[in-house]
Amino acid sequence: MQQAVPISADNAPRQEPGGASPAILRRGGSGALGDAIFAGACKAAGILVLLLLGAIIVQLFIGGLDAFRTFGLSFVTSTEWDPVKEVFGAGVSIYGTVITAILALLFAVPVAFGIAFYLTELAPAWLRRPVGIAIELLAAIPSIIYGMWGFFIIVPLMSRYIQPAVIDTIGTLPLVGDLFAGPPFGTGILTASIILAIMVLPFIAATMRDVFETVPAVFKESAYGLGATQWEVVRNVVLPYTRVSVVGGIMLGLGRALGETMAVTFVIGNANRISASLFGPGNTIASVIALEFGEATMGSLKLSALLGLGFILFVISFIVLAASRWLLRSSLKA
Amino acid sequence: MVSNRLLALAAGVVATFGLSAAASAQNTNITGAGASFPAPLYQKWGEATKAATGIQLNYQSIGSGAGQTQIRNRTVDFGASDSPMKAEDLEQHKLLQFPAVMGSVVPIVNLPGIENHKLRLTGEIVADIYLGKITKWNDPRIAELNRDVSLPSFAIAPVYRADSSGTTYVWVSYLSAVSETFNKDVGVGNSVRWSTGTGARGNEGVAGTVRNVRGAIGYVEHAYAAQNNLTTTQLRNKAGNFVSATAENFQAAAANADWSAPNFAASLVDTHGANSWPIVTPTFILLPKNPQDAGKAQAVMKFFDWAYRDGDAIATGLDYIPLPEQVEGAVRAAWSSITVDGKAVWPAR
Repeated sequence: MQQAVPISADNAPRQEPGGASPAILRRGGSGALGDAIFAGACKAAGILVLLLLGAIIVQLFIGGLDAFRTFGLSFVTSTEWDPVKEVFGAGVSIYGTVITAILALLFAVPVAFGIAFYLTELAPAWLRRPVGIAIELLAAIPSIIYGMWGFFIIVPLMSRYIQPAVIDTIGTLPLVGDLFAGPPFGTGILTASIILAIMVLPFIAATMRDVFETVPAVFKESAYGLGATQWEVVRNVVLPYTRVSVVGGIMLGLGRALGETMAVTFVIGNANRISASLFGPGNTIASVIALEFGEATMGSLKLSALLGLGFILFVISFIVLAASRWLLRSSLKA
Repeated sequence: MVSNRLLALAAGVVATFGLSAAASAQNTNITGAGASFPAPLYQKWGEATKAATGIQLNYQSIGSGAGQTQIRNRTVDFGASDSPMKAEDLEQHKLLQFPAVMGSVVPIVNLPGIENHKLRLTGEIVADIYLGKITKWNDPRIAELNRDVSLPSFAIAPVYRADSSGTTYVWVSYLSAVSETFNKDVGVGNSVRWSTGTGARGNEGVAGTVRNVRGAIGYVEHAYAAQNNLTTTQLRNKAGNFVSATAENFQAAAANADWSAPNFAASLVDTHGANSWPIVTPTFILLPKNPQDAGKAQAVMKFFDWAYRDGDAIATGLDYIPLPEQVEGAVRAAWSSITVDGKAVWPAR
């Protein structure tokens, strides 16, 4: 599930409403009807989005109603998921969804910032285009490809080299050790987060690069004129100017990370357990739905539980979006 | 031209006898949907029958659960399912269930230095591994059975199918049959609550994870293990003998099974017999007992009639197990219960 976050709407050059040229005004008569049709079509398109969104939410809620009624609040808090005894709880998958998305952002945001900073400030002009296109191509790779690449390349790498080494060294330390304990399956929360980070990286990097480029040269030149270093310019001029859009780009990435399905399914280990170790297997809401949906029969409690999970994912995405809006409320007003 | 005249004659026959003759005409299309495990075989059978009988099969491998739903809604000519449907559901939706072919599930391990068919395990030990009670390969209970093998001290990493699947159904049926604790704590289903290990998607996911992780154990369809040269183990069967995962031992299990169960829902798990491999399963076909189109229903039966008679070589070539002959006979007899307007569609004239 991806949210549409307005990117740099506040930075776009504004067209004044009365700015149409006299040549267009002179066309006369038929324009009025055309205007009305066009305005109506645009309005319908806008309302269609609202209707679709509402219909999906309502449909998911109705579908999940059986599960909500049967388990009540414990559907959200319980960590039990037993298809044989028909006991369903979303606790583990909610935890997995949130933790992998947060870790992915933790890995991706600094790198994305580095890419954007390099492309707009440091890179020679001839290199900017190829690297920029490469980033956009990364975003176009289907998630199943990331999943297979993760499973056949990253997972063996993790299980043979990285995880055994980490488990034998850091894993033996007190306190921190618990984060890196367990058998080296290669799959798990950490691997899933790394794959997710690579997947959301192009979205965040491309957004950051685009908005960094919208900063008027005059501002930057003035700062340089005052003797600021490149880092100081980015820190004190570029970032404050583009803050809203940067956070918007990060939210776009977070939205993708929360709902990502196929790639995560390949590498997360798919176990309904919460493990203290980052190497431990887990699951996410989207991966559980993808794996269990095929064999869930019509009208079963399991199908209802899966639709209920979908509803919860919707709610989480909504909370994330609302929170980002709230965090930015002052700058949006300005 | 002789063939042209024959064709014209055939067209005349079709025109005269209408519906019942239409089924025997060229290029009848039948559609089926369901289980993914036998899909490669149905595909191959379809190619062969197209040449032999003119019946063209369009099979969609969408999973057993979806296959059951589709045939209940009558959107396909036949459904396919790895696990048998409940008797009352068959009754309610007027469906006939019969086995098409058999497959087996085998444990695979990743233990450097231990060859295929070498390690000896019992169902109880495997159940305890998947319950998290046995955690090291040099556990005394495993060592006792394998005195001639030097077992490593690796931790055991159990791997299971993360997606809901018929393979898991058969695997846990076996573990539940031999271990009371497993039956009580986990039970039988297409997906179950595992207390240890990691899940992977599909046969290829389980095999890939086992290959990656030293000390891993997993389970896959035998066809998949055979084609990818995975290391399988021996298992102790009901007679107390250790048997390897070979075609002869699968056949032995099929021959020793009790096929008299209603709706052919025979359990081939942990069967009697000195050489029986303990984890074998039939995969089923679901046919409407009241088909709307007699021609199509007849074509489906003709298809499987052909498969029973001439399809065994293709099946064994793909590492599936053909049904015993007397079972095929019983299935043909059961087809006579499919009627249109009170008249049996089978045997075809």
